Amino acid sequence: MSDQDYLNELSEIKSLMNRSTRFISLSGLSGIMAGIYALIGAGLSLVFVNPTHENYINLSSWNFKLMLILLGSVALLSVGTALILSMRKAKKNGEQLWDATTQRLLINFLIPMVTGGIYIIIKLQSQHYGLTAALMLIFYGLALVNASKYTVGNIRYLGYAQLILGLICAAMPGFGFWFWVLGFGILHIVYGSMMYLQGHK
Amino acid sequence: MGLLDNINKLFDHRIRLGIMSILAVNEEVSFNRLKELLDVTDGNLASHIKALEKAEYIVVEKTFIGRKPNTRYKATRIGNKAFSAHINALEKLIKKNKN
Repeated sequence: MSDQDYLNELSEIKSLMNRSTRFISLSGLSGIMAGIYALIGAGLSLVFVNPTHENYINLSSWNFKLMLILLGSVALLSVGTALILSMRKAKKNGEQLWDATTQRLLINFLIPMVTGGIYIIIKLQSQHYGLTAALMLIFYGLALVNASKYTVGNIRYLGYAQLILGLICAAMPGFGFWFWVLGFGILHIVYGSMMYLQGHK
Repeated sequence: MGLLDNINKLFDHRIRLGIMSILAVNEEVSFNRLKELLDVTDGNLASHIKALEKAEYIVVEKTFIGRKPNTRYKATRIGNKAFSAHINALEKLIKKNKN
């Protein structure tokens, strides 16, 4: 065996160790669906919630509540779809869905997400609506980067993209809605499709 | 003492080495997961597992989930020791050849 063979052997060992400790049942389809839900939610909010001069949004207004319901539904549907698709994939591969890799992935994803969620709620209570979209994108991006060590598909890059978008969004007040659509809708669909195609090659 | 003394003959094959790599960082792994990670056929994997079992590098745990048999594998202490000795030997070889 030559030096190159030994090096190859070592890198194969490393790759196997990596892959075997990561959550592998993530499906690109989950990303596509999450993006579609986000776009539908955004579309509905554009039709029904869209604030005009007479009815601007504040915490007690009906359109704020509707917005919350829409956001909640998008989040719930996305998580539910990801769960069902992962369960299906795990079953097909004869894997248990709830194992050490899943727990590590979830904990590391949830720490930035929950922190961000609470922070946004505190800010909303003091009527700082303007930064909501930017904060959602930034904390979601951080959650993805943090979780990427524990799963496949390089979701780190999706995280970077959300972070950049969130920062630009913070610098451009008034366009929060459109950045949200771009981040949670379009980016999810693009990234999910890439991951899906990669998995089916 | 030759340089190849610590190079383990059992780990000569990439599938056997692969099985040990996976079991070194996972407490226990199912047959199907091994098969998927290593991309081998049932028969091929089974024969390599048998070789490692015979050397007492890994142990088998057979349980049932409902009626479906669930076979899981674990690395033994001897197995982990042999595996890390093999890795060290590989690293030394590469270093030696560089000089």
